[in-house]
Amino acid sequence: MYDAKKLKEIEESLDPWARKTQEVLDKRPERKDRFETLSGIPVERVYTPLSEPEIDYMEDLGFPGDYPYTRGVQPTMYRGRLWTMRQYAGFASAEESNRRYKYLLEQGQTGLSVAFDLPTQIGYDSDHPMARGEVGKVGVAIDSLKDVETLFQGIPLGQVSTSMTINAPAAVLLAMYVQTAAGQGVDSAKLRGTIQNDILKEYSARGTYIFPPAPSMRIITDIFSFCSKHIPMWNTISISGYHIREAGCTAVQEVAFTLANGIAYVEAALEAGLKADDFAPRLSFFFNAHLDFFEEIAKFRAARRLWARIMKQRFGAQSPRSLMLRFHTQTAGSTLTAQQPQNNITRVTLQALAAVLGGTQSLHTNSMDEAFSLPSEEAVQTALRTQQLIAYESGAANTVDPLGGSFYVERLTSGIEERAQTYIDEIDKKGGAVAAIEQGYIQKEILESAYAYQKAVEAGHQIVVGLNMFQDEEVPPKNLLRVDPGVMESQVAKLEQLKAGRDSIAVDSALKKLKQCAQGSDNLMPPIMEAVKCYATLGEICDTLREVFGEYTAMSTL
Amino acid sequence: MTKKKIRVLGAKPGLDGHDRGIKIICCALRDAGMEVIYTGLRQTPEQIVQAAIQEDVDAIAMSVLSGAHDYLFPRVMELLKEAGVTDILVIGGGIIPEEDVPQLKDAGIQAVFGPGTPTTDIIRFIENNVSP
Repeated sequence: MYDAKKLKEIEESLDPWARKTQEVLDKRPERKDRFETLSGIPVERVYTPLSEPEIDYMEDLGFPGDYPYTRGVQPTMYRGRLWTMRQYAGFASAEESNRRYKYLLEQGQTGLSVAFDLPTQIGYDSDHPMARGEVGKVGVAIDSLKDVETLFQGIPLGQVSTSMTINAPAAVLLAMYVQTAAGQGVDSAKLRGTIQNDILKEYSARGTYIFPPAPSMRIITDIFSFCSKHIPMWNTISISGYHIREAGCTAVQEVAFTLANGIAYVEAALEAGLKADDFAPRLSFFFNAHLDFFEEIAKFRAARRLWARIMKQRFGAQSPRSLMLRFHTQTAGSTLTAQQPQNNITRVTLQALAAVLGGTQSLHTNSMDEAFSLPSEEAVQTALRTQQLIAYESGAANTVDPLGGSFYVERLTSGIEERAQTYIDEIDKKGGAVAAIEQGYIQKEILESAYAYQKAVEAGHQIVVGLNMFQDEEVPPKNLLRVDPGVMESQVAKLEQLKAGRDSIAVDSALKKLKQCAQGSDNLMPPIMEAVKCYATLGEICDTLREVFGEYTAMSTL
Repeated sequence: MTKKKIRVLGAKPGLDGHDRGIKIICCALRDAGMEVIYTGLRQTPEQIVQAAIQEDVDAIAMSVLSGAHDYLFPRVMELLKEAGVTDILVIGGGIIPEEDVPQLKDAGIQAVFGPGTPTTDIIRFIENNVSP
């Protein structure tokens, strides 16, 4: 990208500058002997064209909307349309969550993101013994199609896009969503949204698995195949680095482990006989926006370039949409402090800005009170306003990839890509992401990084404002959200009522058909749709699959 | 005579999958010279109590970030009492609102550690409160 003669000139000027700098250093040394990113990538004093002399604009960066998409997946990015402001929300009952969604839409949110409670995420009905204490706590409790109908009551599913954080039972919740839309008169071909459907990171970092890897991968590829025919605008998976990062890995590992999981899904789908260009355009991603501002921006750019190269070179995908890494971002929950919680607003602002400068397609900003509980309405409003400030006041959305060409950001982008590629090679050697998880390799890598970070904080090497520096007397926060403890009783009562009022012969027959399908190799989506339609519960459907597939038991090694 | 090592059970009751905190604490306790057994995810209170008795631990450290601490922590205490166990120190942590702490302490949880707690505080608390 640079003229050789010009580079030589810079190189020759470097020595005099270094001498001059040495004089300054003699008088006033730098704050640290060694500067580095949170991932441990060394950070130089200053970056110049010499930092990345080989960079080739057309090959490594390209124009926005062009391969390798380093600068963004659309030619106009936020000049055309801002990112989707999508706050992850849901708690207690479907009625309560429906109210919160309507509130968020009134406040200018542009997409929905459903949080389910843990029993729902693990395929238990609210009356299951394992559900005790968990019903409605971290999200909304869903037992059957009836609850989903209530959840979206009065929300036009033909117009809004909905993301659902659901993994092991994703097929069931997707079926319920499609049925709810049908009830509103909306055809599945018109539906826009995302199911997370990313089981591999559940094994390695997030924990809401049900079935062992092989049948789980089958469910996922069945969803890919079904959606490509019937729900063509739906994002069939959100391959998530977010939770892996929250579990403690670094930015480099986040890119590597996420894309390695992505490779495993693509390979599984190809093995199931799908064609790359039929399903790859609907793969989406989900990343964390963490503390190290420039490293995060570079991370998003590196992930886009690396994925485009993987899809093109490794899998021979042709369609541009197959090569584009589209992603959702959430600010880093693990960086929120319970100490001086108002500081979290500033942390979230910086993290959200990094996501925008990195070219995210949608964004969730965390609320300041989330180190204590689920967010209050007031705290969520501030979090949403933070996005609106960045969008409408800061000017950051006025040009595409504003940091493209920054010597530092380009070097970091390449640095992250190189290091992530090294990890991916290592995972390939272990037999791919599934094998690496089964061997405990990914989990071990995550824990090592998490523990190292904790030790750095406790030793004071890593400053956390308000926690290990600039501490102040703490005042317990007020107005925290409390989930009504009565939600379990009312959910159980609703279940009893549902079971008494439905056509139990139809339910039995649908579950029987589902079981037969699971024992064979046909696509699981049609029998799941049928079971959902006659109000079989989530627990009944998942139990039917448990009978055939068995359950996954995780290693509990440290 | 060498001092007997403190034995701790690190536990994740309920369905919560957030195990970064408990795993880090387990590592820190181990590095501080304790013997640590980690249960892994999705343990029922019954399983935790059984493991604690079987492993003959001096302390149980539980972590819940899902908000289910209000049921799960007291339930573990109840089961310990039913089993006649009174000499195990039980502590908890996670995302736990301050106003929930008194009722957890009433149930017999001896300390509740929130986000940002240095692992050294937890190590010291265990060392000061158990006699192996």
